[in-house]
Amino acid sequence: MPDSQGKIRVQCEVNGKAVSFEAYPMERLLDALRVQMELTGTKEGCGEGECGACSIEMDGSLVNSCLIPVLQAEGAKIRTIEGVAHSAQLSALQQAFLTHGGAQCGICTPGMILAATNLLARNKNPTDDEIREGLSGNLCRCTGYTKIFESVVEACHTRKREQDA
Amino acid sequence: MLLLCAREFFSLLASGDLDGERPPVSGEQRQGVPYNDSQIIMGNLHIGKSVLRKEGREKVTGRARYVDDIKLPGMIHGVTARSPMARGKIREIRFGSGIPWDEFTIVTAKDIPGKNCIALLIEDQPCLADSVVNHPEEAVVLLAHPDKYLLEEARRAVHFDIEPLPAVFTLEDSLAQTQIIWGEDNVFKTYQVEQGNIDSAWSSADFVVEGEYETGAQEQLYIEPQGMIAQASRSDGVTVWGSLQCPHYVHKALVRLFGLPKERVRVVQTETGGGFGGKEEYPSMIAGHAALLAWKSGKPVKMIYDRAEDMAATTKRHPSRTRHRTGVTRDGKLLAMEIDFTLDGGAYETLSPVVLSRGTIHAAGPYSCPNVRIRSRAVATNTPPQGAFRGFGAPQSVFALERHLDRVAEAIGISPEELRRRNFVREGATLSVGQVVQEKVQMGKLLDRALELSGYHEKRARFARENQNNVIKRGIGFASFLHGAGFTGSGEEYLASEASMRVSQEGKVQVLAGSTEMGQGTNTVFAQIAAEALKLDCEQIEILQPDTSLVPNSGPTVASRTTMIVGKLVETAALTIQKSLSDAGLIRSEYTQAEFQNACRQYIERFGELKALVKYQHPKDLHWDDQHYRGDAYGAYAWAVYVVEVSVDMRTAEVRVEDFVAVQEVGKVINPVLAAGQIEGGVAQGIGYALYENVVWQDGRMANGQMTNYIMPTTMDVPKIRVYFEELPYARGPAGAKGIGELPLDGTAPAIANAIASATGIDVKAIPLTPEKLMELLEKRHA
Repeated sequence: MPDSQGKIRVQCEVNGKAVSFEAYPMERLLDALRVQMELTGTKEGCGEGECGACSIEMDGSLVNSCLIPVLQAEGAKIRTIEGVAHSAQLSALQQAFLTHGGAQCGICTPGMILAATNLLARNKNPTDDEIREGLSGNLCRCTGYTKIFESVVEACHTRKREQDA
Repeated sequence: MLLLCAREFFSLLASGDLDGERPPVSGEQRQGVPYNDSQIIMGNLHIGKSVLRKEGREKVTGRARYVDDIKLPGMIHGVTARSPMARGKIREIRFGSGIPWDEFTIVTAKDIPGKNCIALLIEDQPCLADSVVNHPEEAVVLLAHPDKYLLEEARRAVHFDIEPLPAVFTLEDSLAQTQIIWGEDNVFKTYQVEQGNIDSAWSSADFVVEGEYETGAQEQLYIEPQGMIAQASRSDGVTVWGSLQCPHYVHKALVRLFGLPKERVRVVQTETGGGFGGKEEYPSMIAGHAALLAWKSGKPVKMIYDRAEDMAATTKRHPSRTRHRTGVTRDGKLLAMEIDFTLDGGAYETLSPVVLSRGTIHAAGPYSCPNVRIRSRAVATNTPPQGAFRGFGAPQSVFALERHLDRVAEAIGISPEELRRRNFVREGATLSVGQVVQEKVQMGKLLDRALELSGYHEKRARFARENQNNVIKRGIGFASFLHGAGFTGSGEEYLASEASMRVSQEGKVQVLAGSTEMGQGTNTVFAQIAAEALKLDCEQIEILQPDTSLVPNSGPTVASRTTMIVGKLVETAALTIQKSLSDAGLIRSEYTQAEFQNACRQYIERFGELKALVKYQHPKDLHWDDQHYRGDAYGAYAWAVYVVEVSVDMRTAEVRVEDFVAVQEVGKVINPVLAAGQIEGGVAQGIGYALYENVVWQDGRMANGQMTNYIMPTTMDVPKIRVYFEELPYARGPAGAKGIGELPLDGTAPAIANAIASATGIDVKAIPLTPEKLMELLEKRHA
């Protein structure tokens, strides 16, 4: 129920931690993450669900957090870029983006890495076309995407090598 | 003009304190070397290696701090109320009911402590419109409040009563002077380039081919919108932190806007989420706005544009029109090139004269032609000012030329590649502005390699056969082009950029430069250059965050100049440090990292400080005549041939780029991954420029200012871009490097247009060639 100011209390899990916060029901999840929780790794590029800079995982699905009202986050499991690396250890994708030039200005990178992480969780060995499609909701103005594709392919190889080892 | 601009750019220089007891060090000894006196560091420690991006770890973990990620204590938010009209007299500003206005900080032109202008080349653009507005979205009123949501409501409650004045929306109307809206004739700037005697050349030509070409506006579309945080007071002066390319431009503008001494204005660059020229001049505007609100409210003010405001109000690539008239012999030798080039500059001058200059100089391309006349002008219209965008005038004029040359080849019945080959400029030959090319130009080799790698001849023949029966037609085309690195003409001389370096007792090396990292790799490349010269690990090098109170003015981060010009200053500073240690007898020619650290400690104990300040010195053999617009336009050029394969669905008129081969010579490649990334990203922007990115104008306003309906390439629209470098080290570049950043924007669009023409037989003369426009052309042909 909304309080006298019209705010509601939202309880959810963010990057493995239980979180409880107050917000207007239609406030964007993006703002709750960035302002209230100070998880500023999630970026705003367009505010209309086109660029994917605000991509996060919610209950295993990739979503644009600029389009999610906080009331929808009630009880959800959320992962942001801050929850991708395991302590100081970069994920295979993060490492590949670093090594293969997948990040330039870096503003699309958190969303792009979330999108790629989500893709690889669903599809361990995506084809080139599947990678294209999996990342098609995330715009990058710097790289022309070639190095991003290379980064994703490399991350698949790394994971395969680790599993074989 | 250019001379004057360059002087205008000359800004605050950090003082170099190299005197005192220390051994004399001078950072200038390597800057004036004769062209062929190769003193290139042919290192292999770091140069040519894909050293990891210096700030990459912060970026892939989301820890990098962009301006909107920063919060200062007591900070409030700022917004801008803008003109709804293209041109008119402001009669009244009304603050609507239902808003607690007494809680708001409200700023209008009357609150400006200094001069109401955005100081750049000239001071025609106000920071806030006062009595008149000259374009839609011109800023008139600024508001600040702690509550972002209320602030947005308040912005909508500001109403303007404006008496409309007749406006001009196209470059044709501006040229026709249907209204005079700027100066005496609507013209910001004109240039004329003359070589040979064109008037007497036409009679010797076997063919004369004419054509008119147009390019549209293009939005830079950095994914991080413009943003700034300001703190300002009478006692502390003005400080801004923000997303920007050129800290010293912002500094200059704020000094003028506030009428403050230079040392009381400080500009700090935060991590910048893309610029592409869009954050060259506009940040001076938003910095001014945020600072005015901070000045009046006494609180830190954050101002972040949303995407719609960013697209509506900020600069774009200049729309252009180019007319060509070309005289050529039967065997394909260019005899005469007459080029008429016009840019639509929008409502204020901003950088239009300089954009026009680069477009003019690149208009005749990498070809030798004995008789050339180029006339160019930038004109005013009542749209938001157009501005810097990667390529800076060259993509417009190169599109026209490279499309035109395919038509010339067709007219005389030789292949497009043969026409180019017969006219490529060679070492010792002369470019249109009279520059004798000193470089070992390899255009023929680049062309051969690009055609071979792309399978050009085989595909061209095969597509010609197969297309007849297919509803999806394929085509292959190319463009050959050059791009001058660094400021044009005497620009670098007057910029007189500086960079410095200081070393701590522990041997930690700091690079101090005003050059910004915006994704293109400044931090990493500077670290590689410094580490190579000093024979250290890259991790030993720290690149200081650009802050005008700490770093010298290295000139703007534009014009493909950062690696080549400022990188050379960094290299020279490193060698100066090395020489200081060596002169003091503390290191020998070979040393370990530990010996270097030890030497630094001893040096600092003995002399107090180990640092070097290096200032650019223009090579004495480079001459430029501003009056006649002739001479050595650029210290070096990047050279390239790009080949594109497209498919065109004749039912839907959709074009897909199927393959892209980019071959270029940019001197020594310092970091292959970063360099290829520059090319790939530029090519993708060029694909958008050619096919998708259509700014729809409606009475001077962008009608499709959203990512939903202004379409940039996605992963589905860009093929794997195949990038190849020929490496010819350039004696005056750091480790032999030349500029690279803007190059890929020049040739991509015309190569695509030529490929579409080859696939469909449609004579492409304008971009963007959206499916709607191509369909119109296809239908017109059938009619």
